[in-house]
Amino acid sequence: MNREDFPMLNEDIVFFDNGATTLKPKIVVDKMVEYLQNYTSNIHRGDYDAAIKTNKAYDGVRKIISEFVNCREDEVIFTSGSTMSLNMVVFGYMKKHLKKGDEVIITKAEHASNVLPWLKISKELGITVKYAELDENMELTIDNLEKAITEKTKVISIAQVTNVIGDVRDVKAIGKLCQERGILFNVDGAQSVPHMKVDFTESNMDFLSFSGHKMCGPTGVGVLIVKRELMDEMEPLCYGGGMNQTFEADGTYELKVGPSKFEAGTPPIAEVIGLGEAVKYLQGIGMDNIHAHEIKLKKLLVSELKKIPNIILYNTNSNSGILAFNIDGVFAQDSSVYLNNYNIYVRAGNHCAKILKDEMKIKNTVRVSMYLYNNEEDVLKLVDALKRSEDIFRVVI
Amino acid sequence: MDSNLRREIILDNYQNPLNKGLVKDDDYLKINSNNDSCIDNLDFMMKIEDGKVIDIHFDGEACAISTSASSILIRNLLGKDVDEVEKILNNYKKMINEEDYDKELLGELNVYDQLQPNRKNCALLPSVAIEKMLGEVTK
Repeated sequence: MNREDFPMLNEDIVFFDNGATTLKPKIVVDKMVEYLQNYTSNIHRGDYDAAIKTNKAYDGVRKIISEFVNCREDEVIFTSGSTMSLNMVVFGYMKKHLKKGDEVIITKAEHASNVLPWLKISKELGITVKYAELDENMELTIDNLEKAITEKTKVISIAQVTNVIGDVRDVKAIGKLCQERGILFNVDGAQSVPHMKVDFTESNMDFLSFSGHKMCGPTGVGVLIVKRELMDEMEPLCYGGGMNQTFEADGTYELKVGPSKFEAGTPPIAEVIGLGEAVKYLQGIGMDNIHAHEIKLKKLLVSELKKIPNIILYNTNSNSGILAFNIDGVFAQDSSVYLNNYNIYVRAGNHCAKILKDEMKIKNTVRVSMYLYNNEEDVLKLVDALKRSEDIFRVVI
Repeated sequence: MDSNLRREIILDNYQNPLNKGLVKDDDYLKINSNNDSCIDNLDFMMKIEDGKVIDIHFDGEACAISTSASSILIRNLLGKDVDEVEKILNNYKKMINEEDYDKELLGELNVYDQLQPNRKNCALLPSVAIEKMLGEVTK
């Protein structure tokens, strides 16, 4: 879909590394360049025309995001990306509210950004990080999640879509469970928000994190949605201009209320404006259409790869455009170097989910992750390259 | 070097690496070596006696370049004085980084004289590990 919107696709490449980052449509880049070239100014300070235009463009993106994931405008905080968002949840909110003996449930399929902050505060606070069991497909079932819950469980912190297996967690059901049990629900939406309709309010999420660059937007910008009634209880990790109401020489100070409290300093203005344009672009195509398109391509890829005897597939069932595989007997990085020779861009490694190896019994895989601009031709090019992979070492050495 | 011969040497060392597999012996220096930029992850152990490197083993998961380079490097270093080993490692590093180097010193290691830029760290992984272990000794 919409391949003509992406200048990078004018080169003869197959871009299958969308779990890592996505290509940018020209309209997103143009929107950013327009700000940078024609009305550069800081936000919330100037009284001149360009500054007023910048304010309007920047603040307007909060509304775009709120409509995109169904939350209130004053629940939208701009961050530098999902990693920062998740760290803000753990160090800004949880560190203040959790106490010794409390339990946090995550899984072994989580990205490093939803593991390491927890491990860090677990040592500091004496809380326990529990891993809900994954099933034989390395997916999280509601039953297994319920089994992990005890009366000490205070938080469930999971990705809506995991970045290696690509399983889609039923956040609506989990949100309901959390609401009934009085558990905070923290969702890593880095791999879900770009690919499907996500509803913050309906799913009873308390926190939702995602990144701009994984959804046709620029790098350096992300979002943290925080339920409004929790936001005032969250502490900023960064102090400075733009986030304070007043401060005095005697040491007294007052911080702003709402998202601004968490956006100290000059924010990435061009990037926020670019993100807004990216969201409008995705909405124009339709999130349901994007998801259905990726599923269709994944099904084609799985059915074709199953015909090749030396390809080992790991997550054929998951309902997203992510597929992890290996060429039998070949180290994942050699496979990705081989595919690069055919201008096919994939990712090799543990994909920042280093503890998933305990479940998968394998450390490294090749990951194909799709997006709206991939097509059947891309899939068949990959299949064709893998069919010819008996000569892999002639190519990579 | 003829590209077929180059490939044959690398592939042979990847598929049948020398001294892959660690030994249980506390007299060995030990180190883990991994690359930030890729996913190679290898453990190395080395024994030095009377100023000579008498044994090196390695194990772990790594690509064809890292694994074969470990094998060839070990073959080239075994039995040599520490000074000589340092000289070889230094020249190897220069070759990989496309600086002037002494070809004569490197023997079979010359197969890596035309690496793609994204494989340089792979080739350097064993030499970095061995250099670090030598650093521990000469501290």
